[in-house]
Amino acid sequence: MKVISIIPLFVIIPLGAAFLNSLIGKFIKRFGDVFTLASAAVLCGFSIYARIALESVPGKILVYKIGGWVPPFGICLVFDGLSSFMLIVINLAAFLAAVYAINYMEKYTDKAKFYTLFSLMICGLNGVAVAGDIFNMFVFLEIASIASYALVAFGTEAEELEASFKYAIMGTVASSFILIGIAFLYGFTSTLNMADIARVLSYKQNAWVIPFVSVLFIAGFGLKSAMMPFHAWLPDAHSSAPAPISALLSGVLIKTLGVYSLFRILFNVIGAPANYLGALMFLGAVSIVLAGILSLSQTNFKRLLAYSSIGQIGYIVLGISLGTPLGIFGGLFHLFNHSIFKPLLFLNAGAIDYAGGGKELNEAKGFGRHMPFTDKTNLIASLSISGVPPFSGFFSKLIIIIACAQKLHFGYALCAVIGSILTLCALMKARRFIFLEDADTKEKKVTGEVPWAMVFSMVFLASMCLLAGFLLIPYLRVFISDASAVLLKGTSYADIIMRAALR
Amino acid sequence: MILFCIGLYGVLRKRNIVKIIIGLAIMGYSVNLFLVLLGYRFHGRAPIDSHDQAILNMVDPIPQAVVATAIVIGMAVMALLTGISIRLYEKYGTFDITKIRKLKG
Repeated sequence: MKVISIIPLFVIIPLGAAFLNSLIGKFIKRFGDVFTLASAAVLCGFSIYARIALESVPGKILVYKIGGWVPPFGICLVFDGLSSFMLIVINLAAFLAAVYAINYMEKYTDKAKFYTLFSLMICGLNGVAVAGDIFNMFVFLEIASIASYALVAFGTEAEELEASFKYAIMGTVASSFILIGIAFLYGFTSTLNMADIARVLSYKQNAWVIPFVSVLFIAGFGLKSAMMPFHAWLPDAHSSAPAPISALLSGVLIKTLGVYSLFRILFNVIGAPANYLGALMFLGAVSIVLAGILSLSQTNFKRLLAYSSIGQIGYIVLGISLGTPLGIFGGLFHLFNHSIFKPLLFLNAGAIDYAGGGKELNEAKGFGRHMPFTDKTNLIASLSISGVPPFSGFFSKLIIIIACAQKLHFGYALCAVIGSILTLCALMKARRFIFLEDADTKEKKVTGEVPWAMVFSMVFLASMCLLAGFLLIPYLRVFISDASAVLLKGTSYADIIMRAALR
Repeated sequence: MILFCIGLYGVLRKRNIVKIIIGLAIMGYSVNLFLVLLGYRFHGRAPIDSHDQAILNMVDPIPQAVVATAIVIGMAVMALLTGISIRLYEKYGTFDITKIRKLKG
């Protein structure tokens, strides 16, 4: 099979899975488990295969023209270094969350509906990663968001509904901002194709629309990615969702919908004006420090993790918006690492919840002592996220800090160090309660380890945490450096796509 | 634009859940209206290509396609939001968002 024909499959497979799950998932008992898992595994394999095959393509870019229409007129899907990087991140996390969900979702009533929404969300995320057309990106973004609003409310308890309502309101306002930004861009350039918009903008003098549109996009995508002034929905939504979903929300969704689409548009379409990047750097640094402080004061384990993911988003935004090759590399590497250890931490929280410990730190006292796998994987993830040397988080944070220092932003570098220490404190606090204290076994019956499927995905993610540091060795480094090269090319990306499309 | 601001005001300022949803709806409509007006030309006609008519003075068809999609998305969001608000009313017995606050911190 040719590589180029795989690209639309990233959208088609999960969409088909969602359809079949809703249609026949109710009647056949194990259908949802097997089918969703199979589709997630296939997608995971495809994303890695397509990444390897991309090496042999000249220019490392593939453009799939839907219906054979040439880009400025037709819709195209773009598969380049950055898209393939995001696809691997998304599909890997989605596969492991699907494995985990087999056992975890037993306690909810309607698994078929869960798998339908789950597949729809994956469809939206993959679509955002491959979209080469700004309005299509918006449509996929909405598919993923709507599915995630529904998934947050999946338990239909009071807290979950409230969190979902807040999230849905914030998300819809954000989408309106993004859509009106798209409308202004269309009015100015008369085209919706991202490459073509970049081309037209570079011809036009007096582009008064750019500052206005960038502000709209920063507000809209900032709301989706939960940077500090826009973060209010995130702790509620992440702590209320079922564990595999909060793993995906925090590990993948906020990065794909927020960070990826923001920087794709800022760098490749608008051309990354320095003052907006400066503003984003400031927001990133503020997120790191404030989220670190807020996460210290939490008593709910998942809420603590949610605040720390705001901080980690801060690192990613800070790294990428430095705009230097090293900064972008560090930001993307941290994005990859965060999509490994944060889902792992959320899955740990889910495992403790599953064993009967609940989500509150006080109630879960001592539950971890009888769960060796959860204990060890949680230790690895906690050390990795707070940047302790042999683990992957250390390298990415080090790169970001060095990149800050290179551009003489010592204040931001200091913020990054402080944020790292605060994260370590918060997670060690959680570990002290859950894994080190004695259990008061009188009140609650302590069960043993969780089922094997849940253990499998946790152990897999923990080993990824250990191994991800090896991505820095030259042969494997291409994986990330190709992705950062795409952002560095800036608006010349337009010409590259146009040429690739005519091939 | 004015409609957009009215909608945003509704979302930010009102305390009743239903009014917030109406505010969101107004925002959505304003964006759609804006998009349609972008493609409008004076004395334009529908962009349908046929043999006996010259391609002259048509309105821009792309915003119309875009708006049709945006309306569908808006409908899905509205349906989901009203569904959630009905369930919220069942759980809390009120539509006032200042009273719906179990999640804090």
